[in-house]
Amino acid sequence: MTQPSEAELAKRRFVEFTAETIKNTSATDYPGVYPGEDHSWNIDKFRDSFQVEFHETKAFVSSFSLIGLSAPIANAFRRILIAEVPTIAIEDVYISNNTSVIQDEVLAQRMGLIPFKIDDDLFKWLKWAPAKGQPRDYNTIQLDLEVNCEWFEDGKDKYKKAGERDPRKLYKNAHVYARDFVFKPVNRQMPFVNASNDRGIPSPVFPMHPELLIAKLRPGQVIKIKTHAVKGIGADHAKFSPCATASYRLMPKIDIIKPIIGADASKFARCFPEGVISLKPVTEEQAEDENSPYAGHEGEKYAVVADAMKDPVTRECLRHPEFTDKVRLGRIQDHFIFKIESTGQFTSNDLFVEAAKVLKLKCLRAKRAIQLMNK
Amino acid sequence: MAEDGQDPSLADQEDDEPKGLNEEFSELPPVLKGDEKLIELLPGATDNAASFLFRYEDHTLGNALRHIIMKNPQVEFCGYSIPHPAEAKMHIRIQTYDDVSAQEVLEKGLDDLADLCDVVVEKFNEARNESDSQMTA
Repeated sequence: MTQPSEAELAKRRFVEFTAETIKNTSATDYPGVYPGEDHSWNIDKFRDSFQVEFHETKAFVSSFSLIGLSAPIANAFRRILIAEVPTIAIEDVYISNNTSVIQDEVLAQRMGLIPFKIDDDLFKWLKWAPAKGQPRDYNTIQLDLEVNCEWFEDGKDKYKKAGERDPRKLYKNAHVYARDFVFKPVNRQMPFVNASNDRGIPSPVFPMHPELLIAKLRPGQVIKIKTHAVKGIGADHAKFSPCATASYRLMPKIDIIKPIIGADASKFARCFPEGVISLKPVTEEQAEDENSPYAGHEGEKYAVVADAMKDPVTRECLRHPEFTDKVRLGRIQDHFIFKIESTGQFTSNDLFVEAAKVLKLKCLRAKRAIQLMNK
Repeated sequence: MAEDGQDPSLADQEDDEPKGLNEEFSELPPVLKGDEKLIELLPGATDNAASFLFRYEDHTLGNALRHIIMKNPQVEFCGYSIPHPAEAKMHIRIQTYDDVSAQEVLEKGLDDLADLCDVVVEKFNEARNESDSQMTA
């Protein structure tokens, strides 16, 4: 077995962007493509070459690089993040009374889209939505919404004497918010309520954004609704998707093949967003070496790549003839920069771990199905 | 779904308990209905060339599995397709060299993909702990 050189591997990984075309787009690391090379799947080799780097870690927004992964696998993770990691959302809405200006069906639709966070233990205990039959304590979370809008006691005075026109100051419940939902625990859900109370959390089920506006009311209007939230996945309905976005892009790469010096250098830097290209002065040493392309340019600025990751690879620099043979633009085929924004049930990083777990479970289930197929 | 707004309080009656694979893999949504099989061998198969039908799977598993099976040097050809966009079915075709069993190759592919997930999680958590400790330091 021969081992290709590092330079050769880097070349194979490089997706080149020219002015009009994109070259070397698909991976070739399969057995039989290069004679004498071993490209068979090897878990130890993968463990050694696979790398993870974190760029941004906030609770619900995170960005990280997965290096050494193949596109079908990275894409499987992304697709699972969006469509197959479960959360809970309101599924059934039972409207007793709704005299607000929002129609019943519109109100019900809005309720489905409210992101709720539910206590981790309760979430794990909860089973999937009932396919048929009655809702049970182990598959349904009941959330009630009962609001009446009426004048504040001093509301009418304020309106007449002080000229107050802000509805929120004149009427009680002029705005209905997500926080107005009340969790109604039943039977075996009670221990979870007690457990979360012990931890100082008033309810194991709450909206991620309490200030989320659901409806506006005027005095005399009433909303009285009972809702059932269930566990589901994004493939069934987008309201169950655990992330606002989950996406990846390939790491950009900018190679400056020939030096770009002086006025050209600042023009070159302007072809990119700020921070991608920086300008450095040519040192005395560089300028004195006669063989160096910087000879005689002491003190002038030349362009260096500062942070390729910020580049959206617009190819603007390739529109200018002075740069066309001095720069090579592209992306790295196996370097995926993921960005995951969570809607709250999981932190962004946990979300990725959940996605990997789901993919593994799907494999195990398929394996078991093959065994059953042979019977 | 429930006919009316009845409270989810009838805890002792477990009327829609999942069965079979749905029960065994209860962490995944129950997809199989009745006697449906998740995977079937499609007609026309020989030992070293076979097509499999995967129910309720799509590009997510299809492409990932195709990739990992193609990594197997004993495989001559592997491809997947979704014959109709409105049917939740995925076909995967495997042809192997010599007398290697197509079904064993498929099973190896599933094992490899499961192992890959373990390594990804392991390395992800390592890197996460490292970056967390750098932040607190």
